[in-house]
Amino acid sequence: MDASIALILAQDGITSGAVYALLAIGLVLVFAVTRVIFIPQGELVAYGALTIATLQSGQFPATVWLLLLMGGIVFLKDIWQRLRGGEQAVSSGQLMRSCCVNLLWPLALWLLLKAVSPKDLPLPLQMALTLAIVAPMGPMLYQIAFEPVAEASVLLLLIVSVATHFVLLGLGLVMFGAEGMRSQAFSDWRFNLGPLMVTGQGLAVIGSCLLLMAALSLFFSRSVSGKALRATAINRLGARLMGIEVGQSGRLAFLLAGLIGAFSGILIGPVTTVYYDSGFLIGLKGFVGAIIGGLVSYPIAAGGAVLVGLMEAYASFWASAYKEVLVFTLIVPVLVWRSLGTHSLLDEEES
Amino acid sequence: MQQPGFLRSRNAGIALWAVAMLLLGLLPVPEFWITLANYIGLSALVALGLVLLTGVAGMTSFGQAAFVGLGSYATAVLTTTYAASPWAGLLAGLTIVVLAATALGGITMRLSGHYLPLGTIAWCLSLFYLFGNLEFLKKFDGITGIPAIQVFGFDLQNTRHMYLLIWLVVGLGLVALLNLLDSRSGRAIRALKGGVVMAESFGVNTARAKLLVFVLAAVLAGLSGWLYAHLQRAVNPTPFGLNAGISYLFMAVVGGSAHVWGALVGAAVMGVLSDWLQNNLSKLIGQNGNYEVIVSGLLLMLLLQRSPEGLWPGLVRGFRWLTSSRAAVKPGTEATSLPAPAGLRLISRALALPTRAKPEPGRTVLEVQSARKAFGGLVAVNDVSFRLQAGEILGLIGPNGAGKSTMFNLITGLLPLSGGAVQFLGERIDGKPPRTLAARGMARSFQHVRLMPTMSAIENVAIGAHLRGRKGWLAAVLRSNRVEEASLMHLASEQLSRVGLAGYELREAGSLALGQQRILEIARALASDPALLLLDEPAAGLRHQEKQALAALLRRLRDDGVSVLLVEHDMDFVMGLVDRLVVMDFGTRIAEGLPQEVRRNPQVIEAYLGGVE
Repeated sequence: MDASIALILAQDGITSGAVYALLAIGLVLVFAVTRVIFIPQGELVAYGALTIATLQSGQFPATVWLLLLMGGIVFLKDIWQRLRGGEQAVSSGQLMRSCCVNLLWPLALWLLLKAVSPKDLPLPLQMALTLAIVAPMGPMLYQIAFEPVAEASVLLLLIVSVATHFVLLGLGLVMFGAEGMRSQAFSDWRFNLGPLMVTGQGLAVIGSCLLLMAALSLFFSRSVSGKALRATAINRLGARLMGIEVGQSGRLAFLLAGLIGAFSGILIGPVTTVYYDSGFLIGLKGFVGAIIGGLVSYPIAAGGAVLVGLMEAYASFWASAYKEVLVFTLIVPVLVWRSLGTHSLLDEEES
Repeated sequence: MQQPGFLRSRNAGIALWAVAMLLLGLLPVPEFWITLANYIGLSALVALGLVLLTGVAGMTSFGQAAFVGLGSYATAVLTTTYAASPWAGLLAGLTIVVLAATALGGITMRLSGHYLPLGTIAWCLSLFYLFGNLEFLKKFDGITGIPAIQVFGFDLQNTRHMYLLIWLVVGLGLVALLNLLDSRSGRAIRALKGGVVMAESFGVNTARAKLLVFVLAAVLAGLSGWLYAHLQRAVNPTPFGLNAGISYLFMAVVGGSAHVWGALVGAAVMGVLSDWLQNNLSKLIGQNGNYEVIVSGLLLMLLLQRSPEGLWPGLVRGFRWLTSSRAAVKPGTEATSLPAPAGLRLISRALALPTRAKPEPGRTVLEVQSARKAFGGLVAVNDVSFRLQAGEILGLIGPNGAGKSTMFNLITGLLPLSGGAVQFLGERIDGKPPRTLAARGMARSFQHVRLMPTMSAIENVAIGAHLRGRKGWLAAVLRSNRVEEASLMHLASEQLSRVGLAGYELREAGSLALGQQRILEIARALASDPALLLLDEPAAGLRHQEKQALAALLRRLRDDGVSVLLVEHDMDFVMGLVDRLVVMDFGTRIAEGLPQEVRRNPQVIEAYLGGVE
C-alpha cells in the first residue's frame, strides 16, 4: 500500500466513521436517559435512506403509512390510559398534544405528499420531508415498546429492543421490497488535493456530522430540555424529584435518536446502496463506537466510531472478506478494557 | 417439612413427559410433526443451556448459535473431508466447543453488566463471517454429504430415528440440569445472579463458577449442532448467525428463563408458532414480505410487557389452581413453601461433617494494628487498633460516619488497607481476597441483607456451608453426591433450629420478615463453622422484640464458643450484650473498655450527644 491509497482509505474511513459517530451519539443518548440499548436505530437509518430515495424516484413512500399506523396506536394507547385513569392518567392537554403529534402530523404529511410531487422538490426540502416522516417514529417506538416496561432490567429492555428490531426489519421488507436503492448525490463537485480526490459528497457528510454534533452539544449545555435530559441520565429518581418528567425525557431522547438515525440514512444514501436490512450492521458499527465510549461519554464514543470507520476501510483493503470479522473482533478487547475500569466488588451488579 | 408428594410429582412429571415424547415418536403421527419436533428438540437443547447461563446465572448471551455452528462444522468437516465416524465428529466438536468457550468465556466473562450481551453479539457475528469465508468450510455454500449417525451398526437415516436420539439427548440434558441446580455447585451457580459478593465471602470461586456455566451452556449448544449436522446432512453458515442466536435467547425468555422446563416450553411455542406463521401468514396477506418476523416480534413484545417472567410460571400457577381445586387443598398452604432439595429428602443418610477446632478462650482471635484507610484526602479510618479474644462479643460502635463500615470492609477484605495490618489467629489477612475468609474460619453477615430471595431458607443456609462440601458439578449431574448433599442439608437444618427458624426450611427467603432474614444470615454464617462471626449492624431496622431475640441468640452463640465482632450504632442494643466495646468517631478510636466505663466516658457522650460549645 502506498501513501496515496492510504490517504484514500483514510478519507473513506473518516467519512463512514463520521456517520457511525452520529449513530454512536444517538445510542449513548438513548441509553443514558432510558437504559434502552436502541438496536432499531439501524432500521431508522435504512428507513431514512430508502424514504428519500423513494421520494426522489417520484413514488409515495410507504413509511408514511407506517407513521400513520404507529401514531394511531400511540394515540389509542393515550386514550386508553385516560379512560383507565389511575396514576398515569393522561390530562386533556396531553391528549390534545398527543392528537396533534400522533394523528394530525402524519395526516398532514400524507396530504402534503399527495398534493405535491416530491420528485421536483429541491433536495433540502426532500431531506426535511424525510426527517419529518422518519424521526417521529423514534418517540412512537418508545411509547409503544419501551414505556410499558420502562422500569424493567437492562436485559429485558435489550430483548424488547431486539424484538422491535425484528418487527421493523420485517416491515422494512414489506415497505421497500428486497431491492436496494441509492439516492442522488448532494453534489458532483470534486477537486484534487495532492494525490487525493476530495468529493463534495464526502465533505458534505463530514461537515453536516460536525454541524449536528455542535448543535447537539449546544442543546445539552444551553437549553432547559437538554439539561433535563442530562439530569435524567445522571439520576432518574433525582430528576423526577426535581419535577422533570422522566417519560417526557425518554420521548425526547428517542426523538433525537430518530432524527440522528434518519439523518444518517440521508447522508449514506448517496454513498452506498441501502437495502431494507442494511441498517442493522451500520447501527452495530455505531454501536462499537458507543461501547468504546462506555455508553457514557459522547466525545469518546464519536472518536471510537471514527476509529471503527478507519478500521473498516483498511480491513476492506487488506482482507475484504474478513472485514466484518475484524471489526467485530475488535470490540471484544475493547469491552474487556471498559469493564475492567468499572468493576468493583463493593457495588453489586444488578442494574 | 419433608415432601415426598413433591418428589413424586417432580419425577412423575419427568416420566410422564418422557412417555408422551416416546409415544409421539412411535405412533403413526404425520411426518411433519416429527420433523417439527426434531427442530424443537434441537432448539430446546440450546435453550436449556441458556436457562442455565442467562436465567439462572444471570449472564445474557446472544451468541449461542456460534457454538451450535462449531459443533456442526467440526463433525461436518471430519465426516466428509476425513471420512471419520460421526462419533469422532462429536468428540472433536465438543472438544473445540469447550476450548472455544473457555477462551471466549475467559475473556467475556469478565465483562460486567450489559457489556457481556454486547460482547456475545460481537463474537457471534465474527464467527458467522468466519464460517462464511473460510475455504475449507466451503464458504457460504456450506458442506454437503454428511453421513448419518450409526448406533451399533444401525444407520439413523430416517427422521423418526433421529427423533428418538434428539429427544433422548434433550431428556438427559434436562435431568442433568435439574440435578445440577439442586446441589452444592448448583447453589453456587444460582448465587451468581445478584449474590456474587455474598457467595465469594463464603468461599465460592465465582469467576470459576461463571466459566463453568458458560462452558456447560456451550456444550449443550455444541451437542445440538452435532445432531443438527447429522439430521440435515448438510451445513451452511446461515443457521448459525446472530439471528439464530437471538431467537434461542427469545425461546428461553418466552418459556421462562429462570426455569429448566421453560426452555422446552419456549422452544416448543416458538417452533410451532413460527412454523404456523410461515405456513399461514403468507396465504393470508400475500407473498411479499417476511410477516413471520413481524408477528413473532410483536408477540414477544406483548408477552414481555404482560409477563416478563415468561410462560412457565403462569402454566405452573394454572396447573396448581386446577389440581388444588380438585383436591380441595386450602390455597396458600402449598404456595408459600418451595420444593424440598434432594439432600433434604435423603436426610436420613446424612453424616456428620468435620468441624473446626475452636481457639481456646482468651486467645487473640482478631487483631487490628493501626489500620488506616484513606479515600484521597479523606481519612476514613485513622490508625485504629483493637483486639478480640476468643469467646467474647466485642462491639464496635460509633455515630453515623464514624468509619465503622469501612473498618468492617477492611477486616473482611473488600477494601485494601492504606496502612497497618489485620491478623486473624496470628496470621496476616489484610490484602487477602474475601473468598479466603471463610476457609480461615471467619463468617460475616451483611448490613443490607444479602440472601437469595427466591431460594428456600435452607438452601440459603447451605450456601454458607459451601466449603464444607467437596463434590463438584459432575458428581451433581450424575447424582453421586447424595450422602454429601444429605449431610449439608442436615447441617443447614441444624443451623436453622439453632437460630430459632426451625419449620421455615422451605420458605422462600424473600418472603420472611426482615428480622427473620437477618437471623437467617446468621444461620448461613454459622453453617461455615466459623471461629469468628462478623456482624454488620444486625439490629438495624429490627423491632424491639426482634432485637431482644437477636441478643439472646448472640449470647447463646458466645456460650457455644463462637467469638463475635458486632458493628452497631444502636447503643441500647449493644450495652447489655457485649463484653467489651470499641468506640470510633471520625475515623479514630476514641474509647475502649467495658460497657459501663464507655458509657461514662465524656468523649463518647460528646460524640453521641454533641458537645457543649
